[in-house]
Amino acid sequence: MLLAVLSGFLIAAIAPWVHRFSGRHSGWVLAVLPGALFVYFLGFIPEIADGGQVRFVYPWVPGLDIQLSFLVDGLSLLFALLISGIGFFIVSYAGRYLEKHRDVGRFYVLILAFMGSMLGLVLADNLVALFVFWELTSITSYLLIGYNHEDARARYCALQGLFVTVGGGLALLAGLVMLAVAGGSYELSEILAGEGLQEHAWYLPILLLVLAGAFTKSAQVPFHFWLPNAMAAPTPVSAYLHSATMVKAGVYLLARLNPGLGGTDEWLLILSLFGGVTMLTGVFLAARSTGVKQVLAYSTVMALGTLTMLIGVGTETAIIAAVTFLMAHSLYKGALFLIAGILDHEAGCKDFLQTGGLRSALPVTTFFAAIAALSLGGVIPMFGFIAKELMLEAVLEAPTVSGVLTALAVATAILGVLVAAIVGIKPWFGPRVQTPREPHHEAPPAMLAGPAVLGTLGLLFGLAPMLPEWGVLGAAAGAVYGAPLDPNLSLWHGINAPLMISAASLLLGLMLYSQWDRFRAAFAWLDGVANSIGPERQYDRTMAGLVWTADWQTRVLQNGYLRYYLMTILIMTLVMVGVSAELYGISVGELSFADIQIQEWTVLGMLLAAAAVAVVIRSRLGAVASLGAVGFGVALIYVLFSAPDVGITQVLVETLTVLLLVLVLFRLPGFLNLSSPLVRVRDAVIALSVGGMMTLVMLSTLHMRAHDSISAYHVAESMPSGYGRNIVNVILVDFRALDTLGEIFVLALAAVGVYAMINLRAEDRK
Amino acid sequence: MSTMHSLILRTAGNFLLPLLLLFSIFLLLRGHDEPGGGFIGGLVAASAIVLSLFAMEIKSAKAVLWVDPRHVLGIGMTLAIVSAIPSAFFGQPFFTAQWLTFEVPAMGEIKVGTVLMFDIGVYLVVIGAVLTIMLSLAEAED
Repeated sequence: MLLAVLSGFLIAAIAPWVHRFSGRHSGWVLAVLPGALFVYFLGFIPEIADGGQVRFVYPWVPGLDIQLSFLVDGLSLLFALLISGIGFFIVSYAGRYLEKHRDVGRFYVLILAFMGSMLGLVLADNLVALFVFWELTSITSYLLIGYNHEDARARYCALQGLFVTVGGGLALLAGLVMLAVAGGSYELSEILAGEGLQEHAWYLPILLLVLAGAFTKSAQVPFHFWLPNAMAAPTPVSAYLHSATMVKAGVYLLARLNPGLGGTDEWLLILSLFGGVTMLTGVFLAARSTGVKQVLAYSTVMALGTLTMLIGVGTETAIIAAVTFLMAHSLYKGALFLIAGILDHEAGCKDFLQTGGLRSALPVTTFFAAIAALSLGGVIPMFGFIAKELMLEAVLEAPTVSGVLTALAVATAILGVLVAAIVGIKPWFGPRVQTPREPHHEAPPAMLAGPAVLGTLGLLFGLAPMLPEWGVLGAAAGAVYGAPLDPNLSLWHGINAPLMISAASLLLGLMLYSQWDRFRAAFAWLDGVANSIGPERQYDRTMAGLVWTADWQTRVLQNGYLRYYLMTILIMTLVMVGVSAELYGISVGELSFADIQIQEWTVLGMLLAAAAVAVVIRSRLGAVASLGAVGFGVALIYVLFSAPDVGITQVLVETLTVLLLVLVLFRLPGFLNLSSPLVRVRDAVIALSVGGMMTLVMLSTLHMRAHDSISAYHVAESMPSGYGRNIVNVILVDFRALDTLGEIFVLALAAVGVYAMINLRAEDRK
Repeated sequence: MSTMHSLILRTAGNFLLPLLLLFSIFLLLRGHDEPGGGFIGGLVAASAIVLSLFAMEIKSAKAVLWVDPRHVLGIGMTLAIVSAIPSAFFGQPFFTAQWLTFEVPAMGEIKVGTVLMFDIGVYLVVIGAVLTIMLSLAEAED
């Protein structure tokens, strides 16, 4: 199992070389991996269909009790099959579709890595692993959307998708951690098996955080805007990520958590209303669009909304409807996106208005487009019909807000037929429209295989719904519901309310299609509204605000004056130490001046005098020299307390510091502007406070010992284990050698930094 | 540095430089048992070189240094890091000191360990860092 999940990443690492060796057949060669994974996952069906579960556990970070655990149950198996099965067609399709693109190798790396992340996400049983894979899908999809990275629009869209999904990912991280704490385990299967999550005090925050992650990923209103923009990706990517897999990750998460978090009023209301509104918004926007991929993208938003709504409703019918719809949608949407790619590849069409009457030129494509569109429209006898009937049934008998949801669902059904007609009729039938490129031949087999198989499956599953039901749908519905379910799917339910709605919507939808141009014109005014207050506009505003804030705070904090940097650092230190002293208390013990010797008083007096001179003296050189005197005084104290090593070091460092300062001072102009009295008072206050704070910290460090001193250990072990009599040196080079290594590294970095700053600037000037 | 053309400083510097360098190596080597060590030795050597640099023009100063201080820095870092590696071959934690003991006639037992190598690394890094900074500043003045 570990190998199965990681194989995507492993093969991705060598994909460019595979591509180089196998040339134009690389698509087929690399498609072997998802194909093999599909077969591997098929092998789980008998066990899962009997209601079993298979769990794989691998140690990952044993020290932190994090294990890499994978769970195969109905839900994860359904997703794994969709991911690997559709992945097979996508990779082989891309081999031809991107044949002439100059870095196809990079595409294979990304798409296979994405597949690996997606498999990991749906199979992970550990929350940490789940989150890691979740973010990996965001990152790989970012790279895939921005695949044509020389195009500014593609980069913008990729970044938008990344910000929205990763922003939600942050919320999700918080939600998952709280979930783990509340559930007492990081293993999903244990959390969901436990009771009482719904009554937990943290239920609402957990729910909202998890929903923030799921809604952004699955493009629910108001985050739906990133999905159509993600269509900047090459078509196979759109087909894979933005119809069948990644955007369903959010839905997957909701379905997965349904047994633990679902069933409450909050869950029901939030999910079903957001889902319902998203559903209608998506289909409405799809019906208004004319771009081939825009229509498909918005209809994906519709599907994601439907799924969210059904999971929210949460009744038996609703859950069965959800998994059925999920599967039906993956099949027809994958097929339709691939057909959109064929339209672009063969006829150069990216917009439905450019198309028409292509059935004679592309008869095979037309056929599969038509059956996929029938499934999208929910027409009998397609699999999509069963899903739509179930959806309507679930909405009609929803426990609350049934009326609202039904209204939304009916409107969606009508517009859904319109969208299906746009996709299934407009390009193929009717009068022949002059396309940008004349289609000379059908698409190559590699490109037709996907639409053919996926479209046919949509028909086959509609005629024989027991096939998918016995396979995984039953088990998947049971996993989402939390108890075994018997879906008992069938094409014909008799004449009932859902069927009537279906028939009516079919009629109304087709009527609308005949008036499609007027329909679009009637809502054209919405463009202006969306541009001024739409969610995408809000996103742009937020991003601009972020940049502005960053700009502003850089100007304030990175002002280029050493004195202000110092002041900021010192005041911050003062505040932080002050706060922790206030919180945890500070005690300095009893101070006694009695055992201070006369020579120590002398050194102290010298120190104070030198410091005072440094403050009042008017020449820089004098200030440096008196600071040097302070340093030597400190060295004397070290010697008095028998620390010769430290004393010697202090003397040497002090000498070098004075030399350095003298070197720099030569370069500075004389004091022209002396600071004003007010500034001096401020500086004095800061200086005294910091000095006082350091004294307090020092005294309390000596007084409040949390642990026994390890000096005794050092003294005892210096000779036997360190073979040295000089304890300071043994500590430096042996006991604490790693610290020393870090210190000399910092020293070296500082030197290189100084060198770079001075010399590179000098070169710039030349 | 052009303001420091002092004959006394220059003459003294010429004599002091070799002596101080020798002293720094003495400090480095005895450091494990007596006051001294790589850090202190490096500081002494760096101060000695800086002192003699003060007495010279920057061009002749650079000619006196036959290696670029940045290389000294790099060699020092390399030595320090390499000294940590042998422990890995004995399955011990990173940086565990390794010792070899030799019998040298007339000097008795001599112990050589990776800590000495580490200390020499520290010594070189200190010299390299100080000289890199000093030379950069001095050159920028021109």
